[in-house]
Amino acid sequence: MMAYSAAQIWAIILVLTLGTFALRYSFLGLIGRRRLPDWVLRHLRYTPVAVLPGLIAPLILFPAATDGQPDAARLLAAAVTLGIGYWTKNVLWAILGGAIVLFGLLPLTP
Amino acid sequence: MAAPIPTSATTPVPSTGQAFGRGLRDSLPFLLVVIPFGMVFGVVAIEAGLTVAETMGFSIGVFAGASQLAAVQLMADNAPIIIVIATALAVNLRLAMYSASLAPHLGSAPVWQRALVAYLLVDQSYALAHEKYEANPKMPLPARFGYYIGSVTLIVPLWCAASLVGAILGNRIPAGIPVDFAVPITFLAVIAPMLRTLAHVAAAITSVLGVLLLGFLPFNLGLLVAAVFALIVGARVELWLTRQQIGQG
Repeated sequence: MMAYSAAQIWAIILVLTLGTFALRYSFLGLIGRRRLPDWVLRHLRYTPVAVLPGLIAPLILFPAATDGQPDAARLLAAAVTLGIGYWTKNVLWAILGGAIVLFGLLPLTP
Repeated sequence: MAAPIPTSATTPVPSTGQAFGRGLRDSLPFLLVVIPFGMVFGVVAIEAGLTVAETMGFSIGVFAGASQLAAVQLMADNAPIIIVIATALAVNLRLAMYSASLAPHLGSAPVWQRALVAYLLVDQSYALAHEKYEANPKMPLPARFGYYIGSVTLIVPLWCAASLVGAILGNRIPAGIPVDFAVPITFLAVIAPMLRTLAHVAAAITSVLGVLLLGFLPFNLGLLVAAVFALIVGARVELWLTRQQIGQG
């Protein structure tokens, strides 16, 4: 369970609110019509695929719900989600496909 | 103004009201994603130990689902506060890129309009607006603003309402339902369509390998370090691909 105080949680929310707004407002608000150097844009373009896969990889490979043991149902559900998302480009179908596999296989695992 | 020459690439210059309505209609398919994603966030936040008020603080204030889930995931591990903040903001770095990309189209709008657009900047509104502005270079500024506001008018309240529903249901999810896996499934579904080029795939693989190899770093720092490597790999592969194409052309 979380060990943060309510004040700490609200501090996190406040800093993330202000920080996220600063990122969103940055160029629209302060730089206006000037253009960013290409090398900056080239790196910024990869932020989602640079952060999110690393965030979820341990959750998929070593789930806390199984005490960190790799779990066939979860691995297969992850593979199906990735496959459907890649080929259909449809987020909703991918989530549904992964959920169906997970719910279908979990009762079969001890 | 001279009589416009109709082309297949551009639509007639719309009024502000028409642009608002068009934005509203164009956003409808995204609601199928926003509503379940908001509910997942609400459920996961409550399961992690947040109150309903804190959950709504995230959804209304931060208003950026992927970073909210990332923050809550790290908070469930009791990661240091600075790591929670740094990682969630790293997830949101792409919003600065969207901001830079919209600036040439909306940079001349009044400050309050730019601030409002900024607060409401999400993947879906960016994607819609950017495509619209690029396809219609003659679109007047008020219509551009109208289209943008139209594209988020349903997304904002439904995102917040879905988070609230998830937060209220969160406590009543029966044991045995694998809520833990909602986060990986949702993120996988979001990432998979982003893997458009070899550069994106290389960045994603670097991110995963980096996290697994850097697991020994304290304070969940492995993810941030891995992400920096992944950004560099993505940019390098993109440069390499571009040179290959120039070489062939």
